[in-house]
Amino acid sequence: MNELRRVEPALRAARDAGRKLLVPYVTGGLGDDWCEVVAAVAAAGADAIEVGIPFSDPVMDGPTIQEASMRALDRGATPSSIIAELSEVDAGVPLVVMTYYNIVFRGGHRRIARSLVEHGVAGAIVPDLPLDEFFEWGRAADDAGVETILLAAPTTPDDRLAEICARSHGFVYGVGLMGVTGERTSLAASATTMAKRLKAVTDVPVLIGVGVSTPEQAVEVSAEADGVVVGSALVRRLLDGGGPDAAAEFVGELRSALDGMGTTAP
Amino acid sequence: MAALAEPSPDGRFGEFGGRFIPESLVPACKELEVAFRAAWADPAFHAEYEGLLRDYGGRPTPVTECRRLSERLGVRVLLKREDLAHTGSHKLNNVIGQSLLTRRMGKPRVIAETGAGQHGVATATACALFGLDCVVYMGEVDVERQELNVFRMQLLGAEVIPVSSGSRTLKDAVNEALRDWVANVETTHYCIGSVMGPHPYPWMVREFQRILGEEARTQCRALLDGRDPDFVVACVGGGSNAAGTFAGFADTSARLVGVEAAGGAAIGHGVPGVVHGMKSYLVQDEVGQVNEAHSISAGLDYPGVGPEHSHLSATGRATYVTAGDAEVLDAFQLLSHTEGIIPALESAHGLAWVVRAAGSDDLPSGSTVLLTLSGRGDKDVAQVRDLL
Ligand SMILES: Cc1ncc(COP(=O)(O)O)c(C=O)c1O
Repeated sequence: MNELRRVEPALRAARDAGRKLLVPYVTGGLGDDWCEVVAAVAAAGADAIEVGIPFSDPVMDGPTIQEASMRALDRGATPSSIIAELSEVDAGVPLVVMTYYNIVFRGGHRRIARSLVEHGVAGAIVPDLPLDEFFEWGRAADDAGVETILLAAPTTPDDRLAEICARSHGFVYGVGLMGVTGERTSLAASATTMAKRLKAVTDVPVLIGVGVSTPEQAVEVSAEADGVVVGSALVRRLLDGGGPDAAAEFVGELRSALDGMGTTAP
Repeated sequence: MAALAEPSPDGRFGEFGGRFIPESLVPACKELEVAFRAAWADPAFHAEYEGLLRDYGGRPTPVTECRRLSERLGVRVLLKREDLAHTGSHKLNNVIGQSLLTRRMGKPRVIAETGAGQHGVATATACALFGLDCVVYMGEVDVERQELNVFRMQLLGAEVIPVSSGSRTLKDAVNEALRDWVANVETTHYCIGSVMGPHPYPWMVREFQRILGEEARTQCRALLDGRDPDFVVACVGGGSNAAGTFAGFADTSARLVGVEAAGGAAIGHGVPGVVHGMKSYLVQDEVGQVNEAHSISAGLDYPGVGPEHSHLSATGRATYVTAGDAEVLDAFQLLSHTEGIIPALESAHGLAWVVRAAGSDDLPSGSTVLLTLSGRGDKDVAQVRDLL
């Protein structure tokens, strides 16, 4: 795969150039125009895009992404249809899928890993597959060349944090608060703490997600983090009837806010 | 590994089990494992647990010989009477154990999922006893068909939160409880109601239900001149009453039979999968989306099963069969008529299989059967009246 389509080289390059990183999340298969949403979000300034492969029982997700997942499943979205459609999107930035472990387990570790690579998807996030159960998927992903992004949580002890960072490829996903995905009116104090703790133990790009909902919150946490993952706030706009334009507008606002930080660039 | 022994350090029973949960919950599961190991090795904990189940819970529950039913079926049926335990089912055994642990861990709040409402009622009961805050998640469908249990939980001081996502039954109540736990794990213990979920729950809940099987073995030997029954039968939702029962008979020659609901038969109709923190048999489609279960019985309306049952099935130590709604309704009435015992719809699944199999090669005439009557049917009477 082209180095710029791989997550970690692309994010490191952007970070080294003084840019704060922005990874929006879009639920795959949500509406007929979801691929256009992905392309629009990329053009609006995303550094990589996380695409959800919907699962029937998304325990890390709050009402917004649950609803989006159900709508996508009702439209007939499947893991293979989403991966295949993604290969048609000319995003120009690395693509990462997010799905739950049963989809990977049922699909077959090696078969799923190969299929991602064949369709130009660089990485994967599997939120219910912690370090302790990571081995089988980790080996299949490494062999196929898929970058697996691991999650770290506010409750993770320091020694384990270092292990997670050592095993995470692409970036490290710091969970900003104790809770599931969903919009919050203010940034949790745990988000900044999480970013600081991760930055202290790793050189891999550190992105904070879950509960980062507004340009202001993105800026606030990026004072410590290398950047943010924004999911529910974007997906809610899509659920409310917004299409590629509305998505691009919101991502553009996030982008300008992050670019305006200036002073924290190295 | 001996049958029904301790799982491997990574929580495996053979290839099943494990800990497939968000990172946020990993420390809590480890903390719980440490607390359970320490408590279970502590004679003072055992004394308090067993004392409460005796003086508060009404244990031991009796084993009843069913004379008229046995005559009718041509097999000798003994019932382990969990319907006579406080709150009307085996669920209190587990909940008393987990509440004592919650206190040891210093957590003030308990959450639970419930299907039929029996685990919710048991949890609300124990929380009242120990002065803990209690929130119970229950699918909207179940809130409707187990209305009386909802009121019972509220009477006991619990907050019942109806769950409107997905199939609006037990599976979705578990999802919602997990989401609550992710947000509140530092103050909250998740009291899982069956031998399911991430390690150490399947093992811990089986150990808290073991008392049921050990009592039954002793009681059977007293009734059967020192012999063990030929067959030991229990219904399987998540599988806690079956696991507790089987634990008492694992090292005997008894054949162990678990009876799943035909509309939620993970072992009967599923393939291995991962949901709710565990690898186990799971009813799912070809890409891994979990299917909705459909059973007359809210407590068995679940597409998964505890991982140890998947293992016992794989090794052949236990056999898993299914019972359908119609024969369950017949069994429900049969036990009421012949023995004056109204069983829970869940427990009636076990009996339905005994009725169907009696006299066949699967359950030859003249056999002796211990059937765990996991709960009483009062909660189901209104629903059955509407169905008949
Ligand atoms: C009376 C009764 N039996 C059985 C069950 C099923 O649970 P398990 O398979 O864990 O025993 C329930 C669950 O609600 C129940 O209420």
